[in-house]
Amino acid sequence: MKKYLRYLIPLVIFLALVGFLAAGLKLDPKEVPSPLIGKPAPGFALTRLDQPTLTIRREDLLGQVWMLNVWASWCTACREEHPVLLDFAKRRLVPVYGLNYKDQRSAGLRWLANYGDPYETSLFDPDGRVGIDWGVYGVPETFVIDRAGVVRYKHIGALTPEVIRERIEPLLRQLHG
Amino acid sequence: MAKFLLPLLLALAASLAYAGEAAPATADPVLEARMARITAELRCLVCQNQTIADSQSGLATDLRQQVREMLQRGDSEQQIIEFMTARYGDFVLYRPPVRSSTLLLWFGPALLLVASITTLVLVLRRRSKLADDQFEPDPEPPEAR
Repeated sequence: MKKYLRYLIPLVIFLALVGFLAAGLKLDPKEVPSPLIGKPAPGFALTRLDQPTLTIRREDLLGQVWMLNVWASWCTACREEHPVLLDFAKRRLVPVYGLNYKDQRSAGLRWLANYGDPYETSLFDPDGRVGIDWGVYGVPETFVIDRAGVVRYKHIGALTPEVIRERIEPLLRQLHG
Repeated sequence: MAKFLLPLLLALAASLAYAGEAAPATADPVLEARMARITAELRCLVCQNQTIADSQSGLATDLRQQVREMLQRGDSEQQIIEFMTARYGDFVLYRPPVRSSTLLLWFGPALLLVASITTLVLVLRRRSKLADDQFEPDPEPPEAR
């Protein structure tokens, strides 16, 4: 019996190590949990991308569930995400606002004209200051904000139909509920 | 004389060229040094194995500017660190704070060291008490020539 144990212990340690490493492989180091979840959405006052004279503030959007999608014309992953977002916006489950991040007005508008505009409107954040307040570090990013103005969900990277179906839709049902 | 002068001039030229490249973004070298020290403690989220001080990414450049402005406003280092963790979480800190979720991270290596030394001492003690015939005999010494 003791003899078996001698060989069994290294095997058990080895298997535990393999288990940890396998779990580690599945984690994505790019996905950093946002400290904003459950906190009031950061304030902003930005002009509309298409209307430089109109300013939209955080307070203007209170009282409704809304979605913020951070995008830029220079962002290739946004191109990839765009058809998914267009589909989602067409279903009108929630108003989607864009945050045009570190972009040029003309380039942003051209991008929307070329590929379609899923947004209620886009907020223009040329120097990325509002992006910093929202903890944006990898465009595209998507936030869901509830009626009280609290951030409820954040997705980093391109939205996929799975993320929308499994994470966003159930959350919206709960928030609208 | 020219023998000494030429290398000297070249060295001078090189140092001037270097100074030209590394022009600080603000005129205040003290502020720039503080900014560099603070951002060297912060992780760049775009290229995660670089500090915000080192990274060339657009976000890191913006955050360095942000730190510069906060220092000019007279914010303390503590306030700057809080500003960053409020937005990006503890992940931005290269030295995460000690709290219940990071206890294993901080003290795990010491724990492993103590455990392995204890094991080693126990095994050696037990072996030292064993009689000689419990061990395999030493190999025969090579035959004397």
